[in-house]
Amino acid sequence: MAGLVIEREILIEAPAEVVWRTITEPDQMSQWFADRVELVVEPGAHGYMQFGDQGGPVVVETVDPPARFSFRWNHPRGEEPVPGNSMLVEFTLTSEGDERTRLRVVESGHELRDWPDAEKQRYADEHRDGWVEYLERLAGVLAER
Amino acid sequence: MTAQTDDELWSAIADPSRRRVLDLLVSNGEASASWLAGRVPFSRQAVAKHLAVLERAGLVRRRKQGREVLYHVQAGRLDQATRAMAELAAHWDRRLGAIKRLAEGAHAQARKNDGSDNPPADLTRRPDS
Repeated sequence: MAGLVIEREILIEAPAEVVWRTITEPDQMSQWFADRVELVVEPGAHGYMQFGDQGGPVVVETVDPPARFSFRWNHPRGEEPVPGNSMLVEFTLTSEGDERTRLRVVESGHELRDWPDAEKQRYADEHRDGWVEYLERLAGVLAER
Repeated sequence: MTAQTDDELWSAIADPSRRRVLDLLVSNGEASASWLAGRVPFSRQAVAKHLAVLERAGLVRRRKQGREVLYHVQAGRLDQATRAMAELAAHWDRRLGAIKRLAEGAHAQARKNDGSDNPPADLTRRPDS
């Protein structure tokens, strides 16, 4: 999996198709994400997102409407984003009834390319207690000292 | 923090073996590589390598005491990492909240439009109660 993993989710009172359009249409994306979004939502498409006076390229990975959408970003300028040099943002939409959708986002990076399988398994096991929790626990122990 | 130092930080903490080393340092305060090697299921050589990565990421510092080299955790750097993580999570919470508002707004609007464009055939029908 990944070195840095952020997982969040939210329950939305709207059908998955509506949520899908909100997260994938550039004019909608510019309302919740970047200030300016230039993006064709097709696998492999290169786009650009502008945040204030900063911006960066994004590359679309998975487009599976209305269930899965993912892209990579934060890769070094001039390089193609691949596992290891970029962050992967994955949206998963799950219908819960006709008019309700669970939207989950996972942002991850630093895939463990070179790790032996045993390490990966151990990582997966240990990872259950989440990143924020892990760091908070360490920081908590330190504060008590 | 720059993207580069972030990268080093996350990949430093990503490794379960390094997390174990970090845990031991946090609970013990200060320790040498050999002391650590006696408490983990990997070699002293591996411990030294992990300590080097943690040091590069700014998570541990070393101190010489006589002939021994002792390592300790940099609390400030750990706090920084915790805050950066929480900030990233908060970013996504805000974005998801905005998506929710937009999608629910669009959905409500679509239903209203459906209603005015194609009025139900039987307007006198009462909702089931």
